[in-house]
Amino acid sequence: MSTMNFHLRLWKQKSAADKGEFIKIHATEIPSECSFLEMLDIVNNRLTREGKEPVSFASDCREGICGTCHMVINGVPQGPGRGAACQVYMRKFENGQTITVEPFRVGAFPIVKDLVVNRSAYDRIIRSGGFISEHTGGAPDASTTLIPKPVADAAMDAAACIGCGACAAACPNSSPMLFVGAKVTHLGLLPQGQAERKSRARNMVRTMQEEGFGNCSNYYACEAVCPANVPASVIAMLNREYIRGEVSESVGAID
Amino acid sequence: MILDAKIPEGPIEKKWTSFKNNAKLISPANKRKFKVIVVGTGLAGSSASATLAKLGYQVETFCFHDSARRAHSIAAQGGINAAKNYQNDGDSVWRLFYDTIKGGDFRAREANVYRLAEVSGTIIDECVSQGVPFAREYGGELTNRSFGGAQVSRTFYAKGQTGQQLLLGAYSALSAQIGLGRIKMHENSEMLDLVLVDGHAKGIVVRDLVTGEITTHAADTVLLCTGGYSNVYYLSTNARGSNVTATWRAYKRGAAFANPCYTQIHPTCIPVAGDYQSKLTLMSESLRNDGRVWVPKKQGDTRLPQEIPEEERDYYLERKYPSYGNLAPRDIASRSAKEVCDEGRGVGPGGLGVYLDFSAAIARLGEKTIRERYGNLFEMYQNITGESAYERPMRIYPAVHYTMGGLWVDYNLMSTIPGLHVLGEANFSDHGANRLGASALMQGLSDGYFVIPNTLGEYLSTQFGKKVSTDMPEFKKTEEEVRARVEKLLAVKGNVPVDEFHRQLGLIIWDECGMARSEEGLKKAITDIRALRERFWKEVAIPGTGKELNQSLERAGRVADFLEFGELMCIDALTREESCGGHFRIEHQTPEGEALRHDDKFAEVYAWMFQGEGSQPELVREPLHYEAVHLATRSYK
Amino acid sequence: MTRPATSSKKSCGRCMPLFSSPIGRKWIVALTGIVLVLFVIGHLLGNLSIFAGPDAMNAYAAFLKSTGELLWVVRIVLLTCVVLHIWFTITLWRENLAARPQKYAVKNELGTTVYARLMRISGLTVLAFVLYHLAQFTWEAFNPEYKTWIDAQGRHDVYRMVVTAFECPFVSGFYILAVGLLGMHLSHGIASLFQTLGITTEKMRPVFEKGGLIVAWIIFLGFASIPTAVLLGLVKTSSTLPACPFCH
Repeated sequence: MSTMNFHLRLWKQKSAADKGEFIKIHATEIPSECSFLEMLDIVNNRLTREGKEPVSFASDCREGICGTCHMVINGVPQGPGRGAACQVYMRKFENGQTITVEPFRVGAFPIVKDLVVNRSAYDRIIRSGGFISEHTGGAPDASTTLIPKPVADAAMDAAACIGCGACAAACPNSSPMLFVGAKVTHLGLLPQGQAERKSRARNMVRTMQEEGFGNCSNYYACEAVCPANVPASVIAMLNREYIRGEVSESVGAID
Repeated sequence: MILDAKIPEGPIEKKWTSFKNNAKLISPANKRKFKVIVVGTGLAGSSASATLAKLGYQVETFCFHDSARRAHSIAAQGGINAAKNYQNDGDSVWRLFYDTIKGGDFRAREANVYRLAEVSGTIIDECVSQGVPFAREYGGELTNRSFGGAQVSRTFYAKGQTGQQLLLGAYSALSAQIGLGRIKMHENSEMLDLVLVDGHAKGIVVRDLVTGEITTHAADTVLLCTGGYSNVYYLSTNARGSNVTATWRAYKRGAAFANPCYTQIHPTCIPVAGDYQSKLTLMSESLRNDGRVWVPKKQGDTRLPQEIPEEERDYYLERKYPSYGNLAPRDIASRSAKEVCDEGRGVGPGGLGVYLDFSAAIARLGEKTIRERYGNLFEMYQNITGESAYERPMRIYPAVHYTMGGLWVDYNLMSTIPGLHVLGEANFSDHGANRLGASALMQGLSDGYFVIPNTLGEYLSTQFGKKVSTDMPEFKKTEEEVRARVEKLLAVKGNVPVDEFHRQLGLIIWDECGMARSEEGLKKAITDIRALRERFWKEVAIPGTGKELNQSLERAGRVADFLEFGELMCIDALTREESCGGHFRIEHQTPEGEALRHDDKFAEVYAWMFQGEGSQPELVREPLHYEAVHLATRSYK
Repeated sequence: MTRPATSSKKSCGRCMPLFSSPIGRKWIVALTGIVLVLFVIGHLLGNLSIFAGPDAMNAYAAFLKSTGELLWVVRIVLLTCVVLHIWFTITLWRENLAARPQKYAVKNELGTTVYARLMRISGLTVLAFVLYHLAQFTWEAFNPEYKTWIDAQGRHDVYRMVVTAFECPFVSGFYILAVGLLGMHLSHGIASLFQTLGITTEKMRPVFEKGGLIVAWIIFLGFASIPTAVLLGLVKTSSTLPACPFCH
């Protein structure tokens, strides 16, 4: 197995209140087969052996589904190629290349430490409407409602969102509308989601605004980086659903 | 100590119904007075939290992730079983029950498994009503796929992301309750100890992973939904953060740990490529439908696979199991791969891998068909290894991905500590010595949505007027003990990174308590683990302080617990002098090399009780009574 | 299950969410955009009458003047649209800037188009041009003598005014540049408004994007053809030229 060398610029920042800076590390003898996060593990273990503090970064499943890992590699949230940062492999880089790793730069995602940011704003958006209310155990038999395959498939494509925050990180406006649109589309397409359809879009958009995110300018940078391939058409659906919900409420329409 | 499983009377089909008819209820007004702590937000934790909050209990939920949605249930791929019989292919609650009991090699508790099969259908109804986008037919009906260990199609799925969709369903139900103020959610909060008041579980000690603050939380009952311990092997298909800490600390407070040696090893994973590797990735078992498994006949053969002529290849599964061939069951396939690698015939870096060759299938069906069937898996394989499986055989190797053992629980899911309930993979109850595919998701949701809401009253109805608060000395004392432990870790000030110890522990456990176990090996493992543990407490390096996000400290705490737990696992494996399911003792095999059970002696649950640091744990047995099924030998021939 | 409705922080009036929410404001920008695009197309069609000769163009101009109050209604509507279009864009823009307090050290354009990134610049340049354009041809502020030019039928000689102005390469150059930026603005804007109004689907998006680009090119080429034709001498006046404000 061959090894590679890299010039790393890694963001260090003690807390949200501190001013951060890049530290430069010459990472040598990195196995070419390892993943980007494994490369960071190696670097961190070397720092630890030297008695220095490692660079904090978040990761968990390391198979691209949990959405824990989040970082910007050479200007690309979640790094080059499809998938989350844990799915980036070092052989995609040139030997000797300089690699800059920064945290997500989104005002609504304050920095926790180094490359780790606080994405709880996404949880609060879901809490304000990203669900279908039902009583556990009170559901009718699953076969009673037929859902055409194209509808179920489109709902699944939207539901595939891993909630990683890359959409807001990539958007020049820090807008999370791909994330919000994905949930509104997933639940809005399904028959079970109809009862709360209007209030869902309205409440989620309001929370999104209160959290201090930016607004969609139809740049589609979100779609270009989304590890789950959520299409930007979910934002069109969100735009439609929101206006429907807001207008109904404004004019007092029941339906 | 006698383990009372509290199994309801009556025939197996009536047990759950009669339990529910006679269960102690808590009135709506009283539910509001009871507080429940839930630790973990995987399928079991999220579903339990949401359901209990809907019922009116005060719920406080904790997870160490930055969001409840990141729990490792999210990574389950295949599907969820349910005895719906939508396919009209002869499925029934009984068949699902029997398949699960048999799949578990007759080491699970009958009544629990029957209940699981009984509620399985309702889980699907519940999930659909939450908006889980299960795969559908063009006509709009739910579709099913087949899975191992069953002769019917009863597995519901959402692409290859069933776990994700089920977890997001439970997470959305949880989120709705948090939004309504009925659940207090604590993210980034790792449970480091259990607080007992008069011998009852009444609270937990938690470290905030962002601020380092250590706090105590009191409640009327505690639910542990903290998953399995596969990461004791260091390399597994589990997430990096998955750990044994919560259940291990509960064990050290008096909860019996049952069958820790029952682990499941999946035969088709991408092999370890080097010592930098941090995790293993599962490749769907379906690949074995068209791939042929082989290794070179010669030891240490370093030629490229295409240079090895047909007659110098050993298609060992086809050779040893002519009727099942490459589709031999998981445990057989895993063990056989280990055997050929132990003989020095493994392929790839480190010689720990076997070929899964598609060239015959490509020649027979054409590359297009293979691409249609497995395109996404081949892509995933190429992304990770940089190799194209269309051009050369895949390299695969078994990896740990589920643990059947866990804290002992009775029919009500309560552990040996009154008030401590354990749900999902964290408990031991439903899978015996081997879990069938697509059953883990079923069990997590069954426990959370349907079992615990009905069984919790059994305990809570005895707790009226027994309020506790964090001001009690028990809380202060436990908090101090946790603080001291964190300080002790930070005081080591060695220079060896935590990962190093974890990796070494993993190697010991993998070698001696993995796919094949022996008395000699297990004894050696116990000695090695003890030595490693000693080294850990002298040499571990944890830079930084305890008052901030400190990932080295988090990992060190978890690895310290794995270093203790690994020993218990080996003791259990050593004591269980038989082979069953995932537990294979080389001393106990048939002449053909199959697992040899000793039902006369071991048809029982082994539960271990902590007896103090440095003392041998006490073994307590729960005999398994099979009333509905009779014990039989699983045959693969 | 009862659920308290989460009320918006800004609760001034029933319709206010539409004017304070991000999507509501985007809708207003899109809807006013439609009006402005339609105006631009109408304006282009009128301007192209120049190729039919002085009589056609002056007749068209006289017709517009003759509509009297209706013309003012149209003007007020257009002005309102321009103000709303710009005002809501600015409020959204300010929030967008605030949403990213710290910029990335490494920039990457990630799937965005240059038209999208230059929307604000192109929009503001077009605004500056529109003001200049109004000053030149509507208010006739630079060359008051334009007011006195009358054709044979006694109508305001708009044809001569336009041709005269465009014979100056600077005026023509600025005009072509400005309509170029207008084209860029529209190439993103037209496709974008379908997305904002929730009409876009995955299948239709390439159609709207290509359609937007084609319409933008047509508008650009249509407008640019007039000064180009004048500069090439294809369209000219018979009278001698008065002084141009720039070349003079």
